[in-house]
Amino acid sequence: MSTSIELRQLKKAYGDVEVIHGVDLSIAPGDFTVFVGPSGCGKSTLLRMIAGLEPITGGDLLIDGQRMNEVPAARRGIAMVFQSYALYPHMSVYQNLAFGLETAKMPKAEIATRVQRAAEILKIEPLLKRKPKQLSGGQRQRVAIGRAIVREPKIFLFDEPLSNLDAELRVAMRVEIAKLHNDLGNTMIYVTHDQVEAMTMADKIVVLRAGVIEQSGAPLDLYNNPRNLFVAGFIGSPKMNFLSVSADGDALRAGSHTFSVGRSVSGATTLGVRPEHITVVDGTGIHLADVKVDLVENLGGQTVVYATTTDGQPMTIVLEGQREVAPGTTVPIHVDPSKVHLFNAEGLAIR
Amino acid sequence: MAVAHETTTGIDAAPRQQSAFSRFWQQNGAGYMFLLPWLIGFFGLTLGPMVSSLYLSFTDFDLLTSPDWVGASNYVRMFTADPKFSTSMRVTMFFVIFSVPLKLAFALGVALLLNRGMKGLPLYRALFYLPSLLGASVAIAILWRQIFAGDGLVNKVLALFGIVGPSWISNPNYSLWTLIILSIWQFGSPMIIFLAGLRQIPQDMYEAASLDGASKWRQFWKITLPLLTPVVFFNAIIQTIEAFKSFTPAFIISGGTGNPINSTLFYTLYLYQEAFGFFRMGYASALAWVLLALVAFFTAFSFLTSKYWVHYDD
Repeated sequence: MSTSIELRQLKKAYGDVEVIHGVDLSIAPGDFTVFVGPSGCGKSTLLRMIAGLEPITGGDLLIDGQRMNEVPAARRGIAMVFQSYALYPHMSVYQNLAFGLETAKMPKAEIATRVQRAAEILKIEPLLKRKPKQLSGGQRQRVAIGRAIVREPKIFLFDEPLSNLDAELRVAMRVEIAKLHNDLGNTMIYVTHDQVEAMTMADKIVVLRAGVIEQSGAPLDLYNNPRNLFVAGFIGSPKMNFLSVSADGDALRAGSHTFSVGRSVSGATTLGVRPEHITVVDGTGIHLADVKVDLVENLGGQTVVYATTTDGQPMTIVLEGQREVAPGTTVPIHVDPSKVHLFNAEGLAIR
Repeated sequence: MAVAHETTTGIDAAPRQQSAFSRFWQQNGAGYMFLLPWLIGFFGLTLGPMVSSLYLSFTDFDLLTSPDWVGASNYVRMFTADPKFSTSMRVTMFFVIFSVPLKLAFALGVALLLNRGMKGLPLYRALFYLPSLLGASVAIAILWRQIFAGDGLVNKVLALFGIVGPSWISNPNYSLWTLIILSIWQFGSPMIIFLAGLRQIPQDMYEAASLDGASKWRQFWKITLPLLTPVVFFNAIIQTIEAFKSFTPAFIISGGTGNPINSTLFYTLYLYQEAFGFFRMGYASALAWVLLALVAFFTAFSFLTSKYWVHYDD
């Protein structure tokens, strides 16, 4: 039932400017894959190439093993949910849902059944007679998803579908989309710039930068073993701390402080440590540095400390629970050496 | 205390009234001074003549002697004893009914072509708009007369194919059509507005439709046209009013007569003949007011029906 997608050296150029530089990726049937990256990294372009909305300049796009480069969008078995929802403003919700099926000349009774079923799944039955302008943002989003569902496509594509919603609704819809994936079991590709969405929803995350895949894999794999500085900094919130260090035999030197992480540090120029892996005062593990506390945010469940090392490097620390840390004081910070990430001068992880 | 209070307000009342005006003038005087040129124009050149023409429409007036009040007899004559009135009305209605939809369809067609993101768009836009600027001018009407005359350009081209064409402008079967073609040729201004309207339709609507498998043809009928209806509505109203008011081309091409056999006797042309040919100012004023009522009726009718076919976004 589910469908596989494979990209082989996929390229996109506008005139002389190449924006997607030969992407290789394979998506297993039924996977929920998230393309994530900063603005302009090419994630939406890649999605639109898969959808058939952007011509492919080079390489191959295979869906279930068949080359699809020149196949029109409508014949790829794909439905897409747009960031703007792209609902037809002059049609009722019912007409919006039915449009694609009417285009396919499906019998009226079958259309009614399918629309009804999609409306039930998304709980939008009372809205079927309304026009899009009479709906809230969240309801429009549901209709947009409904329009994709009724066509019973092989693949669902989502282009930043939650970015126009407020924070609370975004979390709710995130859960619903994940649940929809569980229920339907289709292959889905989801584009976002929000790494939290990526971490919470994905079976597989693809991190893109400047038209190149920086790393792809399971969310926790990317979190635990980032391949380079970019992925390390992009995945995780608050982002990973980076300290400039130099290798000194088996030890590392940060400013005037020297310490060992218990493994080879040859070539290391940057040390990365996640804010949640640092302990203060009563910490165990290696003594990483002494930091001066600049600001403390008490969030109730967590305490976020913004500090500066004695040689002037910024450091964010997330402590569990409600902790008393006085701004202005200097405290030692510790970290479990197995949680330390090391990167060489090219920004690649040293494993 | 009560007496003292009344006295106080009594004394205050008069100066307060004076100062209310001077305060108003202080606050708004400059604004009204800036408005003055427009106000003079509006009252002196628009509203004044309108009101006096309404009065004159109930009189017999030849410009030389003072108007005689005749009641509604101008209007009675128009609808009961003036065959030229009904002829001119028929010619104008025919012109409106054919020229407006054809012009709008043509304007929309060209706008759709230009909207496909072609190179040199500003140049084409300017070129296509040009006839709208020139179209109602005397020079173009004269040119039109020569193009459609018996030995005009059209017949010279037809002669190349061995066809002997009639004199289009002096044949009552075709003369009005030459004016309709002239009107369609001035499609530039509705085209510019259509083009702006087309630009407003979000691209992702078309992308969603193409993913749904809708052909270009279906996209046009199901998405472009419905979303363009506010612009179609606006253009239809403006062009209908323009068509009712149309005068210069018919005047020049027929030499002011509305011939052949009154086939180009536009309502405005007949009005002009009555006013400045026969100096029947009272009757001409009545004709003008009937035209105004007719245009108002068409406009109101369009607005009333618009809720059934015009789709506004919000």
